[in-house]
Amino acid sequence: MNNLDQLLTIKDLHTGFRIKDTYYDAVDGVSLSLRKNEILAVVGESGCGKSTLATSIIGLYDRNKTRVKGEILYKGQNLALLEEDKLNHVRGEEIGMIFQDPLSALNPLMRIGEQIEEGLIYHTKMTKEERKNRVLELLKQVGIPNPERIARQFPHQLSGGMRQRVIIAIAISCKPNIIIADEPTTALDVTIQAQILDLLKELQNETGAGILLITHDLGVVAETADRVAIMYAGQIIEEAPVEKLFANPRHPYTRSLLNSIPQINSENEKLQVIQGMVPSLVKLPRVGCRFADRIPWIPADVHEENPTLHEVSPGHLVRCTCWQHFHFESEKGGNLL
Amino acid sequence: MWKTIIRRVLVMIPQLFVLSLLIFIMAKFMPGDPFTGLITPETDPARIEELRIKAGFYDPWYVQYVNWIGNAFQGDFGRSYTFNVPVSNLIGDRALNTLWLALLSTFLLYLIAIPLGVLAGRFQDSFLDKSIVFYSFIVYAIPTFVLGLINLFFFGYELGWFPTSGTVDIKYDSGTAGYLWSKFYHILLPAITYALLATTGVIQYLRTEVIDSKSMDYVRTAKSKGIPINKVYSRHIFRNSLLPIAAFLGFTITGLLGGSIFIETIFGYPGMGQLFIQSVNGRDYSVITALVMLFGFLTLLGSLLSDIIMSIVDPRIRID
Repeated sequence: MNNLDQLLTIKDLHTGFRIKDTYYDAVDGVSLSLRKNEILAVVGESGCGKSTLATSIIGLYDRNKTRVKGEILYKGQNLALLEEDKLNHVRGEEIGMIFQDPLSALNPLMRIGEQIEEGLIYHTKMTKEERKNRVLELLKQVGIPNPERIARQFPHQLSGGMRQRVIIAIAISCKPNIIIADEPTTALDVTIQAQILDLLKELQNETGAGILLITHDLGVVAETADRVAIMYAGQIIEEAPVEKLFANPRHPYTRSLLNSIPQINSENEKLQVIQGMVPSLVKLPRVGCRFADRIPWIPADVHEENPTLHEVSPGHLVRCTCWQHFHFESEKGGNLL
Repeated sequence: MWKTIIRRVLVMIPQLFVLSLLIFIMAKFMPGDPFTGLITPETDPARIEELRIKAGFYDPWYVQYVNWIGNAFQGDFGRSYTFNVPVSNLIGDRALNTLWLALLSTFLLYLIAIPLGVLAGRFQDSFLDKSIVFYSFIVYAIPTFVLGLINLFFFGYELGWFPTSGTVDIKYDSGTAGYLWSKFYHILLPAITYALLATTGVIQYLRTEVIDSKSMDYVRTAKSKGIPINKVYSRHIFRNSLLPIAAFLGFTITGLLGGSIFIETIFGYPGMGQLFIQSVNGRDYSVITALVMLFGFLTLLGSLLSDIIMSIVDPRIRID
């Protein structure tokens, strides 16, 4: 993979929130790169730092309570250090963002057309007439029937799926190179989810944009992503092309996640769950393997002291060595190697 | 939107009916009758009785009610017992005085409170915010009559910047520019006093709304579009924060039309509040009944006005 293809490179990113004068890193040393024409999925449980990663990229955090360290390289500039007004030229213009809940992500007092048009006013030199046509074109592009009528309507007059299409139209209005989609289908019902994912893939084919897809839904990942990064407690613990990850998951956490997907024809009626909970930001142990507490039947000495990512096959990275000795509690122990 | 308004107006009809019925019944419970004030030691009781019968005092209550409400519809609320002039004339002059005072007060109130509330919310926890909150609590803690008297004493008597009572300087002829200016000049100090005292509610409300709006998802969407932060405030946060303020606008205006008893009494301004106090003190029942009916009507009108304003500013409320 040559470097020219790389759209966005994140190096050792730490994003910490201030709680009583101490900063606690919710994103704790993440390195990632997003390429052109690629859908990179970032997967993890609630609270693992995946949304924080997304908002860190375009600086959508409260600057008084957040500390960002590390590099977010885009077109030769470090977005983490960029001033607000320069960052405004990246937001919307170069990087579009799609949010989780389409019910609340649109301004209830503003017409759909106006909300899509807003970005165009600041990032393009279009005339009013051109902007209006572009809005209609965008609505058509995201598959909204009768765009003239919808453009004049208010968000509450549209269904959830339609609203999410409008959000997508806003995100792609200025033809960004990168789209960050933060759980774009979580708030939608299953049939609409599939439509929205298809739309995202279609738009990516048309525009060649790189998509960073934040999700906790492995079904969504299998359907859309090219590459997957699994996050746990602020760190990436496994990264691989999507086929490799599903065919050959390595890290205990990844395996547990896949194991907990309910199977329709499974004889075992009990739902597989992962023991314990994601540790809270304040209590998170910052040394050793962060997943160790949730697999207590695995002997402590198989974990690395300072777990790092190891390349187990080309493009497949796994953190810590414990995966070599991992087995589910119900299985018999044995060395994988 | 017209549908919404017409519906609201229609709802007002039964409300007004119940209101008038209650007021009428209460008035019937009050002692005395229209002739009580005319009785002198020389009056022949038979003559009074005759007048009572003629005036319909012994008619069934519903006949009396229909007569009263029928007259009231034509603006005839009877004659004042103490001033011996038609109640409608008495109220008419005062109502106009109060209207001007109310409009200027409302205007000044929002002129002061909206910028302060928005600034405090936007720069939350800054020195500016803390100063504004401090100011609003100080003002909240001052009783109306104290600030009224202080303003009257300093700006009226000591400094002589403002007139101390009345509605207009008698040296001007009605209708001239000087006359209008003099009227405005007379209501300025009472209006400022009222506006300052009422700012707390609006400032605190708006401040909280702005702070809440800042963390709304649609504000994050707006920010993600890369539009300047000032535009995020003016187009998204500010407008949405004003909704609850708009909801109170109708009540604020019509509440003021009822007249402020303290302000009018302190500044010697002949308005509705003063008239109400006078009529209660003088047991002027016909005036009291008319005023209570009017205040009740204004309250209903206030909620109607608020609903209309809301349906204009908030598209979610419109009935399509």
